[in-house]
Amino acid sequence: MPTAGETDPAALARRYGLSKSSVRPPLGAYLQELWSRRQFVVSYAAARTYAMYAGARLGSIWQVLTPLLNAAVYYLAFGVLLGTKNGIDNYVAFLLSGIFVFTFTQRCMTEGSRSLALNLSLIRTLHFPRATLPLAYVLNELNQMLVSLGILFVVVGFTEGPAWSWLLVVPAMLLQIMFNIGITLVFARIGTFVSDITQLLPFVTRTWLYASGIFFSLPAKLAEIDAPGWVVQVLAFNPISAYIDIIRRSLLEEHEPNQLPHAWSIAVVWSFVMLAAGFWYFWQAEDRYGRG
Amino acid sequence: MAVADSGAEPTVIADRLDIIYKVIAGQGGKGTAATALRRIMKRQDRPTIREVHAVKNVSFTAYKGDAIGVIGRNGSGKSTMLRAIAGLLPPAAGAVYTGGRPSLLGVNAAMMNDLTGDRNVVLGCLAMGMSTAEIQRRYDEIVDFSGIGDFIDLPMSTYSSGMAARLKFAIASAKTHDILLVDEALATGDAEFRVRSERKIKELRDQAGTVFLVSHSLEVVQETCNRALWLDAGVLKLDGPVEEVVAAYIKSTRG
Ligand SMILES: Nc1ncnc2c1ncn2[C@@H]1O[C@H](COP(=O)(O)OP(=O)(O)O)[C@@H](O)[C@H]1O
Ligand SMILES: [Mg+2]
Repeated sequence: MPTAGETDPAALARRYGLSKSSVRPPLGAYLQELWSRRQFVVSYAAARTYAMYAGARLGSIWQVLTPLLNAAVYYLAFGVLLGTKNGIDNYVAFLLSGIFVFTFTQRCMTEGSRSLALNLSLIRTLHFPRATLPLAYVLNELNQMLVSLGILFVVVGFTEGPAWSWLLVVPAMLLQIMFNIGITLVFARIGTFVSDITQLLPFVTRTWLYASGIFFSLPAKLAEIDAPGWVVQVLAFNPISAYIDIIRRSLLEEHEPNQLPHAWSIAVVWSFVMLAAGFWYFWQAEDRYGRG
Repeated sequence: MAVADSGAEPTVIADRLDIIYKVIAGQGGKGTAATALRRIMKRQDRPTIREVHAVKNVSFTAYKGDAIGVIGRNGSGKSTMLRAIAGLLPPAAGAVYTGGRPSLLGVNAAMMNDLTGDRNVVLGCLAMGMSTAEIQRRYDEIVDFSGIGDFIDLPMSTYSSGMAARLKFAIASAKTHDILLVDEALATGDAEFRVRSERKIKELRDQAGTVFLVSHSLEVVQETCNRALWLDAGVLKLDGPVEEVVAAYIKSTRG
Protein backbone atom coordinates (compact mmCIF):
# COMPACT_ATOMS: atom_id res chain seq x y z
CA MET A 1 0.00 0.00 0.00
CA PRO A 2 1.41 3.36 -0.94
CA THR A 3 1.48 5.87 1.86
CA ALA A 4 -0.52 9.05 1.67
CA GLY A 5 2.53 11.14 0.85
CA GLU A 6 3.48 8.96 -2.09
CA THR A 7 0.09 8.94 -3.76
CA ASP A 8 0.06 12.70 -3.77
CA PRO A 9 1.13 13.52 -7.36
CA ALA A 10 2.80 16.77 -6.41
CA ALA A 11 4.94 15.04 -3.79
CA LEU A 12 5.82 12.23 -6.18
CA ALA A 13 6.79 14.77 -8.82
CA ARG A 14 9.00 16.57 -6.35
CA ARG A 15 10.70 13.33 -5.29
CA TYR A 16 11.70 12.51 -8.87
CA GLY A 17 12.63 16.08 -9.74
CA LEU A 18 9.76 16.65 -12.18
CA SER A 19 8.57 20.19 -12.76
CA LYS A 20 5.34 21.70 -14.02
CA SER A 21 5.29 21.60 -17.80
CA SER A 22 3.97 25.12 -18.24
CA VAL A 23 5.94 27.11 -15.77
CA ARG A 24 7.40 30.56 -15.92
CA PRO A 25 11.21 30.59 -15.62
CA PRO A 26 12.79 33.18 -13.32
CA LEU A 27 13.24 36.56 -15.02
CA GLY A 28 17.01 36.18 -15.28
CA ALA A 29 16.82 32.76 -16.89
CA TYR A 30 14.06 34.04 -19.16
CA LEU A 31 16.17 36.93 -20.44
CA GLN A 32 19.05 34.53 -21.00
CA GLU A 33 16.85 32.18 -23.00
CA LEU A 34 15.58 35.16 -24.95
CA TRP A 35 19.12 36.18 -25.78
CA SER A 36 19.91 32.67 -26.99
CA ARG A 37 17.01 32.95 -29.47
CA ARG A 38 18.16 36.26 -30.96
CA GLN A 39 18.83 34.56 -34.28
CA PHE A 40 15.20 33.45 -34.36
CA VAL A 41 14.05 37.02 -33.77
CA VAL A 42 16.16 38.29 -36.67
CA SER A 43 15.11 35.50 -39.04
CA TYR A 44 11.47 35.81 -38.09
CA ALA A 45 11.51 39.56 -38.68
CA ALA A 46 13.21 39.09 -42.04
CA ALA A 47 10.67 36.46 -43.02
CA ARG A 48 7.82 38.77 -42.05
CA THR A 49 9.19 41.68 -44.05
CA TYR A 50 9.59 39.37 -46.98
CA ALA A 51 6.07 37.98 -46.66
CA MET A 52 4.64 41.50 -46.26
CA TYR A 53 5.92 42.74 -49.59
CA ALA A 54 5.89 39.45 -51.50
CA GLY A 55 2.36 40.10 -52.77
CA ALA A 56 2.88 43.70 -53.91
CA ARG A 57 4.13 44.30 -57.42
CA LEU A 58 6.39 47.16 -56.35
CA GLY A 59 7.72 44.95 -53.56
CA SER A 60 9.93 46.57 -50.99
CA ILE A 61 9.81 49.94 -52.79
CA TRP A 62 6.76 50.41 -50.57
CA GLN A 63 9.14 50.73 -47.64
CA VAL A 64 10.19 54.07 -49.14
CA LEU A 65 6.84 55.02 -50.68
CA THR A 66 4.73 54.53 -47.56
CA PRO A 67 6.47 57.11 -45.35
CA LEU A 68 6.72 59.55 -48.26
CA LEU A 69 3.00 59.29 -49.09
CA ASN A 70 2.15 59.64 -45.41
CA ALA A 71 4.24 62.76 -45.13
CA ALA A 72 2.76 64.20 -48.34
CA VAL A 73 -0.78 63.82 -47.00
CA TYR A 74 0.06 65.54 -43.72
CA TYR A 75 1.98 68.29 -45.56
CA LEU A 76 -1.05 69.03 -47.70
CA ALA A 77 -3.43 68.96 -44.76
CA PHE A 78 -1.44 70.95 -42.21
CA GLY A 79 1.25 72.81 -44.09
CA VAL A 80 -0.76 73.98 -47.08
CA LEU A 81 -4.47 73.87 -46.22
CA LEU A 82 -4.38 74.79 -42.54
CA GLY A 83 -1.20 76.82 -42.75
CA THR A 84 0.29 75.55 -39.51
CA LYS A 85 3.81 76.03 -40.82
CA ASN A 86 3.98 79.73 -40.07
CA GLY A 87 7.07 80.49 -38.05
CA ILE A 88 8.88 77.26 -38.82
CA ASP A 89 11.52 77.74 -41.50
CA ASN A 90 12.24 74.20 -42.61
CA TYR A 91 8.69 72.93 -42.23
CA VAL A 92 9.18 69.85 -44.39
CA ALA A 93 12.03 68.52 -42.24
CA PHE A 94 10.16 69.55 -39.08
CA LEU A 95 7.06 67.65 -40.17
CA LEU A 96 8.89 64.58 -41.49
CA SER A 97 10.90 64.10 -38.31
CA GLY A 98 7.73 64.31 -36.22
CA ILE A 99 5.76 61.90 -38.35
CA PHE A 100 8.52 59.33 -38.67
CA VAL A 101 9.29 59.24 -34.96
CA PHE A 102 5.61 59.05 -34.07
CA THR A 103 4.82 56.37 -36.65
CA PHE A 104 7.66 54.20 -35.33
CA THR A 105 6.14 54.03 -31.85
CA GLN A 106 2.55 53.91 -33.07
CA ARG A 107 3.18 50.97 -35.42
CA CYS A 108 5.07 49.08 -32.72
CA MET A 109 2.07 49.43 -30.42
CA THR A 110 -0.66 48.52 -32.88
CA GLU A 111 1.20 45.73 -34.65
CA GLY A 112 2.71 44.43 -31.42
CA SER A 113 -0.70 44.16 -29.77
CA ARG A 114 -1.51 41.42 -32.30
CA SER A 115 1.88 39.73 -32.33
CA LEU A 116 0.80 36.86 -30.11
CA ALA A 117 -2.81 36.53 -31.22
CA LEU A 118 -1.76 36.15 -34.86
CA ASN A 119 0.77 33.46 -33.96
CA LEU A 120 -1.36 31.41 -31.62
CA SER A 121 -0.89 28.19 -33.55
CA LEU A 122 2.88 28.63 -33.59
CA ILE A 123 2.77 29.24 -29.83
CA ARG A 124 0.72 26.08 -29.35
CA THR A 125 3.15 24.06 -31.43
CA LEU A 126 6.68 24.99 -30.44
CA HIS A 127 8.47 26.02 -27.30
CA PHE A 128 10.25 29.34 -27.37
CA PRO A 129 10.25 32.43 -25.18
CA ARG A 130 7.10 34.26 -26.27
CA ALA A 131 8.75 37.68 -26.07
CA THR A 132 10.64 36.80 -29.26
CA LEU A 133 7.49 37.55 -31.27
CA PRO A 134 6.87 41.15 -30.13
CA LEU A 135 10.63 41.75 -30.36
CA ALA A 136 10.60 40.57 -33.97
CA TYR A 137 7.75 43.00 -34.67
CA VAL A 138 9.80 45.86 -33.19
CA LEU A 139 12.69 44.85 -35.42
CA ASN A 140 10.38 45.04 -38.45
CA GLU A 141 9.34 48.56 -37.52
CA LEU A 142 12.93 49.56 -36.82
CA ASN A 143 13.81 48.42 -40.30
CA GLN A 144 11.09 50.71 -41.67
CA MET A 145 12.26 53.53 -39.39
CA LEU A 146 15.81 53.31 -40.73
CA VAL A 147 14.50 53.73 -44.27
CA SER A 148 12.49 56.75 -43.10
CA LEU A 149 15.55 58.19 -41.37
CA GLY A 150 17.45 57.84 -44.65
CA ILE A 151 14.78 59.94 -46.34
CA LEU A 152 15.01 62.48 -43.54
CA PHE A 153 18.80 62.75 -43.89
CA VAL A 154 18.43 63.38 -47.62
CA VAL A 155 15.86 66.13 -47.02
CA VAL A 156 17.85 67.85 -44.28
CA GLY A 157 21.08 67.34 -46.20
CA PHE A 158 19.65 69.20 -49.18
CA THR A 159 17.98 71.98 -47.22
CA GLU A 160 20.57 72.63 -44.50
CA GLY A 161 23.66 70.58 -45.30
CA PRO A 162 25.19 67.89 -43.10
CA ALA A 163 26.37 68.76 -39.59
CA TRP A 164 28.21 67.07 -36.70
CA SER A 165 25.12 67.28 -34.54
CA TRP A 166 23.61 64.58 -36.76
CA LEU A 167 25.57 62.07 -34.69
CA LEU A 168 23.15 62.72 -31.84
CA VAL A 169 20.53 60.89 -33.86
CA VAL A 170 22.22 57.63 -32.81
CA PRO A 171 21.61 57.95 -29.05
CA ALA A 172 18.19 59.47 -29.73
CA MET A 173 17.25 56.44 -31.82
CA LEU A 174 18.62 54.00 -29.22
CA LEU A 175 16.48 55.63 -26.54
CA GLN A 176 13.37 55.40 -28.67
CA ILE A 177 14.08 51.75 -29.51
CA MET A 178 14.30 50.95 -25.78
CA PHE A 179 11.01 52.73 -25.18
CA ASN A 180 9.35 50.96 -28.10
CA ILE A 181 10.48 47.51 -26.97
CA GLY A 182 8.96 48.21 -23.58
CA ILE A 183 5.66 49.55 -24.84
CA THR A 184 5.35 46.80 -27.45
CA LEU A 185 5.81 44.11 -24.79
CA VAL A 186 3.14 45.77 -22.66
CA PHE A 187 0.62 45.95 -25.49
CA ALA A 188 1.49 42.45 -26.71
CA ARG A 189 0.37 41.11 -23.35
CA ILE A 190 -2.72 43.31 -23.14
CA GLY A 191 -3.70 42.47 -26.73
CA THR A 192 -3.57 38.74 -26.00
CA PHE A 193 -6.02 38.83 -23.13
CA VAL A 194 -8.15 41.86 -24.03
CA SER A 195 -8.68 41.46 -27.75
CA ASP A 196 -10.87 44.58 -27.89
CA ILE A 197 -7.77 46.68 -27.44
CA THR A 198 -7.03 46.27 -31.15
CA GLN A 199 -10.15 48.25 -32.00
CA LEU A 200 -9.46 50.89 -29.42
CA LEU A 201 -5.77 51.49 -30.11
CA PRO A 202 -6.21 53.50 -33.33
CA PHE A 203 -8.23 56.09 -31.40
CA VAL A 204 -5.71 56.22 -28.59
CA THR A 205 -2.81 56.71 -30.96
CA ARG A 206 -4.67 59.33 -33.00
CA THR A 207 -5.32 61.37 -29.87
CA TRP A 208 -1.69 60.97 -28.98
CA LEU A 209 -0.75 62.13 -32.46
CA TYR A 210 -2.42 65.51 -32.02
CA ALA A 211 -1.06 66.03 -28.51
CA SER A 212 2.54 65.45 -29.51
CA GLY A 213 3.43 68.57 -31.45
CA ILE A 214 4.06 66.92 -34.78
CA PHE A 215 2.45 69.47 -37.09
CA PHE A 216 3.17 72.58 -35.06
CA SER A 217 5.64 73.80 -32.49
CA LEU A 218 4.16 73.21 -29.05
CA PRO A 219 5.82 76.22 -27.34
CA ALA A 220 4.83 78.56 -30.17
CA LYS A 221 1.27 77.27 -30.21
CA LEU A 222 0.90 77.63 -26.45
CA ALA A 223 2.31 81.16 -26.51
CA GLU A 224 -0.18 81.99 -29.24
CA ILE A 225 -3.14 81.04 -27.05
CA ASP A 226 -1.63 82.61 -23.90
CA ALA A 227 -1.44 79.32 -22.01
CA PRO A 228 0.26 79.46 -18.60
CA GLY A 229 3.91 78.42 -18.47
CA TRP A 230 3.40 75.14 -16.65
CA VAL A 231 1.33 73.72 -19.51
CA VAL A 232 4.37 73.29 -21.72
CA GLN A 233 6.24 71.76 -18.78
CA VAL A 234 3.49 69.17 -18.41
CA LEU A 235 3.18 68.45 -22.13
CA ALA A 236 6.94 67.96 -22.29
CA PHE A 237 6.58 64.78 -20.20
CA ASN A 238 4.90 63.10 -23.17
CA PRO A 239 7.52 60.53 -24.25
CA ILE A 240 6.74 60.92 -27.94
CA SER A 241 7.22 64.68 -27.74
CA ALA A 242 10.56 64.07 -26.07
CA TYR A 243 11.77 61.62 -28.72
CA ILE A 244 10.64 63.94 -31.50
CA ASP A 245 12.31 66.87 -29.82
CA ILE A 246 15.70 65.21 -29.43
CA ILE A 247 15.68 64.15 -33.07
CA ARG A 248 14.81 67.71 -34.12
CA ARG A 249 17.53 69.13 -31.88
CA SER A 250 20.01 66.84 -33.61
CA LEU A 251 18.95 67.66 -37.15
CA LEU A 252 17.49 71.17 -37.26
CA GLU A 253 19.59 74.13 -36.21
CA GLU A 254 16.76 76.64 -36.12
CA HIS A 255 14.74 74.36 -33.83
CA GLU A 256 16.15 76.16 -30.77
CA PRO A 257 13.24 78.53 -30.06
CA ASN A 258 10.79 75.62 -30.36
CA GLN A 259 12.61 73.24 -28.03
CA LEU A 260 10.76 71.56 -25.20
CA PRO A 261 12.29 71.77 -21.71
CA HIS A 262 14.49 68.87 -20.51
CA ALA A 263 13.74 66.69 -23.56
CA TRP A 264 16.92 64.58 -23.26
CA SER A 265 16.47 63.80 -19.56
CA ILE A 266 12.80 62.99 -20.02
CA ALA A 267 13.62 60.72 -22.95
CA VAL A 268 16.30 58.86 -20.97
CA VAL A 269 14.03 58.27 -17.99
CA TRP A 270 11.12 57.07 -20.14
CA SER A 271 13.39 54.66 -22.04
CA PHE A 272 14.82 52.88 -19.03
CA VAL A 273 11.55 52.78 -17.10
CA MET A 274 9.54 51.53 -20.08
CA LEU A 275 12.10 48.90 -21.08
CA ALA A 276 12.30 47.40 -17.59
CA ALA A 277 8.56 47.63 -16.99
CA GLY A 278 7.80 46.07 -20.39
CA PHE A 279 9.98 42.99 -19.85
CA TRP A 280 8.73 42.54 -16.33
CA TYR A 281 5.05 42.90 -17.26
CA PHE A 282 5.30 40.58 -20.27
CA TRP A 283 7.23 37.93 -18.38
CA GLN A 284 4.61 37.87 -15.61
CA ALA A 285 2.14 36.18 -17.96
CA GLU A 286 4.65 34.00 -19.86
CA ASP A 287 3.00 30.75 -18.68
CA ARG A 288 -0.43 31.92 -19.81
CA TYR A 289 0.15 32.86 -23.45
CA GLY A 290 -1.48 30.26 -25.67
CA ARG A 291 -4.43 29.62 -23.43
CA GLY A 292 -7.43 30.33 -25.66
CA MET B 1 -3.21 2.03 -9.26
CA ALA B 2 -0.15 1.49 -7.14
CA VAL B 3 1.89 4.51 -8.04
CA ALA B 4 4.69 4.08 -5.55
CA ASP B 5 5.60 0.42 -5.67
CA SER B 6 6.23 -0.07 -9.39
CA GLY B 7 9.88 0.86 -8.88
CA ALA B 8 10.02 2.60 -12.26
CA GLU B 9 10.93 6.24 -12.50
CA PRO B 10 7.98 8.50 -13.41
CA THR B 11 8.54 10.92 -16.29
CA VAL B 12 5.10 12.48 -16.76
CA ILE B 13 2.49 12.98 -14.05
CA ALA B 14 -0.92 14.45 -14.85
CA ASP B 15 -2.74 15.57 -11.75
CA ARG B 16 -6.46 16.28 -12.16
CA LEU B 17 -5.84 18.10 -15.39
CA ASP B 18 -8.51 20.42 -16.80
CA ILE B 19 -8.18 22.26 -20.10
CA ILE B 20 -10.67 24.86 -21.25
CA TYR B 21 -10.62 26.68 -24.59
CA LYS B 22 -12.27 30.05 -24.79
CA VAL B 23 -13.72 30.56 -28.22
CA ILE B 24 -15.22 33.72 -29.62
CA ALA B 25 -18.34 32.48 -31.32
CA GLY B 26 -20.31 34.34 -33.97
CA GLN B 27 -19.59 37.76 -35.42
CA GLY B 28 -16.37 38.20 -33.45
CA GLY B 29 -14.25 41.18 -34.42
CA LYS B 30 -17.03 43.61 -35.35
CA GLY B 31 -18.23 46.40 -33.10
CA THR B 32 -17.46 50.05 -32.64
CA ALA B 33 -14.77 51.58 -30.49
CA ALA B 34 -17.43 52.77 -28.08
CA THR B 35 -18.81 49.30 -27.43
CA ALA B 36 -15.27 47.96 -27.15
CA LEU B 37 -14.49 50.62 -24.56
CA ARG B 38 -17.64 49.84 -22.60
CA ARG B 39 -16.76 46.15 -22.58
CA ILE B 40 -13.26 46.82 -21.33
CA MET B 41 -14.45 49.25 -18.65
CA LYS B 42 -17.04 46.81 -17.36
CA ARG B 43 -14.47 44.00 -17.57
CA GLN B 44 -17.13 41.77 -19.03
CA ASP B 45 -16.43 39.15 -21.63
CA ARG B 46 -18.20 39.21 -24.95
CA PRO B 47 -21.62 37.62 -24.63
CA THR B 48 -20.61 35.37 -27.50
CA ILE B 49 -17.62 33.81 -25.75
CA ARG B 50 -18.04 30.07 -25.45
CA GLU B 51 -16.04 27.73 -23.29
CA VAL B 52 -15.02 24.31 -24.56
CA HIS B 53 -14.07 21.99 -21.74
CA ALA B 54 -11.75 19.76 -23.77
CA VAL B 55 -10.00 17.75 -21.03
CA LYS B 56 -11.75 16.93 -17.75
CA ASN B 57 -10.04 15.85 -14.56
CA VAL B 58 -7.47 13.54 -16.15
CA SER B 59 -4.85 11.90 -13.91
CA PHE B 60 -2.16 9.36 -14.83
CA THR B 61 1.52 8.64 -14.33
CA ALA B 62 3.87 7.63 -17.12
CA TYR B 63 7.23 5.93 -16.52
CA LYS B 64 10.56 5.65 -18.25
CA GLY B 65 10.36 3.24 -21.14
CA ASP B 66 6.58 3.57 -21.49
CA ALA B 67 5.11 3.93 -24.93
CA ILE B 68 1.57 5.08 -24.42
CA GLY B 69 -1.06 5.05 -27.11
CA VAL B 70 -3.81 7.66 -26.75
CA ILE B 71 -7.06 6.59 -28.38
CA GLY B 72 -10.56 8.00 -28.57
CA ARG B 73 -13.00 9.48 -31.06
CA ASN B 74 -12.50 12.75 -32.92
CA GLY B 75 -12.78 15.69 -30.59
CA SER B 76 -12.28 13.62 -27.45
CA GLY B 77 -9.34 15.80 -26.38
CA LYS B 78 -6.30 13.74 -27.46
CA SER B 79 -4.44 16.57 -29.18
CA THR B 80 -5.38 18.96 -26.41
CA MET B 81 -3.97 16.66 -23.77
CA LEU B 82 -0.68 16.26 -25.64
CA ARG B 83 -0.37 20.03 -25.96
CA ALA B 84 -0.87 20.36 -22.23
CA ILE B 85 1.79 17.72 -21.54
CA ALA B 86 4.10 19.64 -23.83
CA GLY B 87 3.41 22.74 -21.75
CA LEU B 88 2.05 24.60 -24.78
CA LEU B 89 -1.48 24.93 -23.47
CA PRO B 90 -1.67 26.10 -19.86
CA PRO B 91 -4.17 24.11 -17.77
CA ALA B 92 -7.25 25.78 -16.33
CA ALA B 93 -6.92 23.59 -13.23
CA GLY B 94 -4.64 20.78 -12.11
CA ALA B 95 -1.09 20.33 -13.33
CA VAL B 96 1.24 18.30 -15.51
CA TYR B 97 4.68 17.49 -14.13
CA THR B 98 7.40 16.41 -16.51
CA GLY B 99 11.08 15.60 -16.35
CA GLY B 100 12.69 17.73 -19.02
CA ARG B 101 11.02 19.44 -21.95
CA PRO B 102 8.63 17.21 -23.90
CA SER B 103 8.56 17.66 -27.67
CA LEU B 104 5.43 17.52 -29.71
CA LEU B 105 5.52 16.13 -33.24
CA GLY B 106 2.27 16.96 -34.87
CA VAL B 107 0.77 17.58 -38.27
CA ASN B 108 -0.71 20.83 -37.06
CA ALA B 109 2.74 22.25 -36.48
CA ALA B 110 2.16 25.75 -37.73
CA MET B 111 4.66 27.16 -40.13
CA MET B 112 4.57 30.30 -42.21
CA ASN B 113 2.65 29.42 -45.31
CA ASP B 114 3.77 32.46 -47.32
CA LEU B 115 7.37 31.38 -46.98
CA THR B 116 9.33 28.78 -48.84
CA GLY B 117 10.00 25.36 -47.41
CA ASP B 118 13.67 26.06 -46.77
CA ARG B 119 12.93 29.25 -44.84
CA ASN B 120 10.46 27.25 -42.75
CA VAL B 121 13.14 24.67 -42.02
CA VAL B 122 15.49 27.36 -40.73
CA LEU B 123 12.81 29.20 -38.73
CA GLY B 124 11.43 26.03 -37.15
CA CYS B 125 14.87 24.85 -36.11
CA LEU B 126 15.77 28.26 -34.69
CA ALA B 127 12.55 28.32 -32.70
CA MET B 128 13.40 24.91 -31.26
CA GLY B 129 16.66 26.42 -30.07
CA MET B 130 19.11 24.94 -32.55
CA SER B 131 22.17 26.98 -33.45
CA THR B 132 22.84 28.25 -36.95
CA ALA B 133 25.84 25.91 -37.27
CA GLU B 134 23.75 22.94 -36.18
CA ILE B 135 21.02 23.83 -38.67
CA GLN B 136 23.57 24.07 -41.47
CA ARG B 137 24.85 20.64 -40.52
CA ARG B 138 21.41 19.03 -40.34
CA TYR B 139 19.73 20.91 -43.20
CA ASP B 140 20.32 18.35 -45.96
CA GLU B 141 19.26 15.51 -43.72
CA ILE B 142 15.99 17.25 -42.86
CA VAL B 143 15.16 18.05 -46.47
CA ASP B 144 16.12 14.53 -47.57
CA PHE B 145 13.97 12.97 -44.89
CA SER B 146 10.98 15.12 -45.84
CA GLY B 147 11.29 13.90 -49.42
CA ILE B 148 10.06 17.30 -50.65
CA GLY B 149 12.81 17.52 -53.25
CA ASP B 150 12.75 20.48 -55.63
CA PHE B 151 9.64 21.93 -53.99
CA ILE B 152 11.75 23.04 -51.05
CA ASP B 153 12.22 26.52 -52.56
CA LEU B 154 8.51 27.05 -53.27
CA PRO B 155 6.14 28.68 -50.75
CA MET B 156 4.50 26.21 -48.38
CA SER B 157 1.09 27.43 -49.50
CA THR B 158 1.71 25.52 -52.74
CA TYR B 159 2.26 22.21 -50.90
CA SER B 160 -0.34 19.50 -50.58
CA SER B 161 -1.34 18.73 -47.00
CA GLY B 162 0.66 15.52 -47.15
CA MET B 163 3.78 17.35 -48.30
CA ALA B 164 3.39 19.97 -45.58
CA ALA B 165 2.98 17.25 -42.97
CA ARG B 166 6.15 15.52 -44.15
CA LEU B 167 8.17 18.70 -43.93
CA LYS B 168 6.85 19.57 -40.48
CA PHE B 169 7.56 16.08 -39.23
CA ALA B 170 11.07 16.23 -40.64
CA ILE B 171 11.71 19.57 -38.93
CA ALA B 172 10.32 18.54 -35.56
CA SER B 173 12.14 15.21 -35.50
CA ALA B 174 15.50 16.87 -36.20
CA LYS B 175 16.02 17.24 -32.46
CA THR B 176 16.54 14.48 -29.91
CA HIS B 177 13.84 14.28 -27.27
CA ASP B 178 13.47 12.94 -23.72
CA ILE B 179 9.71 12.83 -23.82
CA LEU B 180 8.22 12.51 -27.25
CA LEU B 181 4.60 13.27 -28.10
CA VAL B 182 3.45 12.16 -31.54
CA ASP B 183 0.07 13.42 -32.71
CA GLU B 184 -1.12 11.67 -35.85
CA ALA B 185 2.09 12.76 -37.49
CA LEU B 186 1.93 9.75 -39.77
CA ALA B 187 -1.66 9.99 -40.88
CA THR B 188 -1.45 12.25 -43.92
CA GLY B 189 1.69 10.93 -45.59
CA ASP B 190 1.73 8.27 -48.27
CA ALA B 191 2.64 4.65 -47.55
CA GLU B 192 6.33 5.12 -48.22
CA PHE B 193 6.58 8.09 -45.88
CA ARG B 194 4.60 6.26 -43.23
CA VAL B 195 7.09 3.42 -43.20
CA ARG B 196 9.99 5.82 -43.00
CA SER B 197 8.47 7.88 -40.20
CA GLU B 198 7.43 4.82 -38.20
CA ARG B 199 11.05 3.72 -38.31
CA LYS B 200 12.04 7.21 -37.20
CA ILE B 201 9.62 7.06 -34.28
CA LYS B 202 11.00 3.70 -33.16
CA GLU B 203 14.47 5.21 -33.35
CA LEU B 204 13.33 8.24 -31.35
CA ARG B 205 11.56 5.98 -28.87
CA ASP B 206 14.78 4.09 -28.20
CA GLN B 207 16.50 7.36 -27.35
CA ALA B 208 13.56 8.84 -25.47
CA GLY B 209 12.39 7.92 -22.02
CA THR B 210 8.70 8.02 -22.83
CA VAL B 211 6.58 8.21 -25.97
CA PHE B 212 2.94 9.23 -26.33
CA LEU B 213 1.34 8.29 -29.62
CA VAL B 214 -2.01 9.45 -30.94
CA SER B 215 -3.05 7.45 -33.95
CA HIS B 216 -6.28 6.49 -35.63
CA SER B 217 -4.75 3.20 -36.62
CA LEU B 218 -5.30 0.86 -33.69
CA GLU B 219 -2.81 -1.55 -35.27
CA VAL B 220 -0.04 1.03 -35.10
CA VAL B 221 -0.92 1.66 -31.46
CA GLN B 222 -0.88 -2.04 -30.65
CA GLU B 223 2.38 -2.52 -32.50
CA THR B 224 4.30 0.33 -30.93
CA CYS B 225 2.80 0.80 -27.46
CA ASN B 226 2.76 -1.16 -24.21
CA ARG B 227 0.06 0.91 -22.58
CA ALA B 228 -2.95 2.94 -23.69
CA LEU B 229 -5.16 5.78 -22.49
CA TRP B 230 -8.71 5.96 -23.75
CA LEU B 231 -10.23 9.43 -23.75
CA ASP B 232 -13.93 9.91 -24.21
CA ALA B 233 -15.36 13.43 -24.43
CA GLY B 234 -12.43 14.74 -22.40
CA VAL B 235 -12.72 12.13 -19.65
CA LEU B 236 -10.09 9.42 -19.12
CA LYS B 237 -12.22 6.31 -19.52
CA LEU B 238 -9.58 3.60 -19.26
CA ASP B 239 -5.85 3.38 -18.53
CA GLY B 240 -4.06 0.06 -18.78
CA PRO B 241 -2.18 -2.46 -20.93
CA VAL B 242 -2.66 -1.75 -24.61
CA GLU B 243 -4.54 -4.98 -25.52
CA GLU B 244 -7.08 -4.49 -22.76
CA VAL B 245 -7.79 -0.85 -23.56
CA VAL B 246 -7.96 -1.37 -27.32
CA ALA B 247 -10.30 -4.33 -26.85
CA ALA B 248 -12.61 -2.31 -24.62
CA TYR B 249 -12.52 0.61 -27.06
CA ILE B 250 -13.37 -1.62 -30.02
CA LYS B 251 -16.20 -3.17 -28.04
CA SER B 252 -17.69 0.23 -27.23
CA THR B 253 -17.55 1.42 -30.86
CA ARG B 254 -19.33 -1.75 -32.03
CA GLY B 255 -21.88 -1.76 -29.24
N1 LIG C 1 -7.99 25.75 -30.92
C1 LIG C 1 -9.16 25.36 -30.39
N2 LIG C 1 -10.05 26.30 -29.99
C2 LIG C 1 -11.22 25.91 -29.45
N3 LIG C 1 -11.60 24.65 -29.26
C3 LIG C 1 -10.77 23.68 -29.64
C4 LIG C 1 -9.50 23.98 -30.22
N4 LIG C 1 -8.87 22.82 -30.49
C5 LIG C 1 -9.72 21.84 -30.10
N5 LIG C 1 -10.86 22.36 -29.59
C6 LIG C 1 -11.99 21.59 -29.04
O1 LIG C 1 -11.52 20.76 -28.01
C7 LIG C 1 -12.09 19.46 -28.09
C8 LIG C 1 -10.98 18.44 -28.20
O2 LIG C 1 -10.29 18.60 -29.41
P1 LIG C 1 -8.97 17.80 -29.79
O3 LIG C 1 -8.08 17.78 -28.60
O4 LIG C 1 -8.42 18.33 -31.04
O5 LIG C 1 -9.56 16.32 -30.03
P2 LIG C 1 -8.87 15.09 -30.75
O6 LIG C 1 -7.44 15.40 -30.98
O7 LIG C 1 -9.09 13.96 -29.80
O8 LIG C 1 -9.62 14.86 -32.03
C9 LIG C 1 -13.02 19.49 -29.29
O9 LIG C 1 -14.32 19.69 -28.80
C10 LIG C 1 -12.60 20.68 -30.09
O10 LIG C 1 -13.70 21.28 -30.68
MG1 LIG D 1 -6.34 15.54 -32.75
